[in-house]
Amino acid sequence: MTDKSPRDELVEHLPAMRAFAISLTRNGSLADDMVQDTLVKAWTNIEKFEPGTNMRAWLFTILRNTYYSSRRKSKREVADVDGVFTESLAEKPAHDGHMQMNDFRKALGKLKVEQREALLLIGASGFSYEEAAQMCGVAVGTIKSRVNRARAQLAELMEHGENESLEMTDDATMSVISASKVASF
Amino acid sequence: MKSAKNEDRESVIDENLKKVFNETLEEGIPDRFKDLLSKLKQQESQRGSEND
Repeated sequence: MTDKSPRDELVEHLPAMRAFAISLTRNGSLADDMVQDTLVKAWTNIEKFEPGTNMRAWLFTILRNTYYSSRRKSKREVADVDGVFTESLAEKPAHDGHMQMNDFRKALGKLKVEQREALLLIGASGFSYEEAAQMCGVAVGTIKSRVNRARAQLAELMEHGENESLEMTDDATMSVISASKVASF
Repeated sequence: MKSAKNEDRESVIDENLKKVFNETLEEGIPDRFKDLLSKLKQQESQRGSEND
């Protein structure tokens, strides 16, 4: 117990891994399962980690591989779970700016997963474009364009949200909305 | 100015992203991960003593 193992550092990266996993999957329990798998993989394969390199980047690489392989295995299941999550978001109270954050979360959830991932790595997790490109196994330019498209689409979705109340007063829109409500019964 | 507006949007987006992340970061480390780590440590020390 005298040697300091890289294993002792794993715990420091857990909160960042959870934040990334939750935003990527939009599902708390799925995210924590992924983080748990990642932790076990990292622990048992710790000799593959090169001391002195970026441990967080190494862990995030394992984490996203875990995510994409579980997605391939159970595509339908993940899609279903997404629906449940969206519903639970809608139930959150709309005070203290929660409403705006919920709108943002929903918009984030509408992005393509590759774009959301790139934005989370660059905009929130603090990785460089080079690190993110290496993690995702794509060119730096690909990460840049994914982030740009993610930002542009988020901006568009958020703007659309602001204008929603205006659109609702439009007679044509109202009749379409009531027609679709009737149709769904 | 369109570019200034875009920059505004970008900073709003990044601020929101950080808020979303901070909510999780502030939760700290849930018990299930503390338990898991101590279990892994225990297994490791058992394996270590078997090899001695």
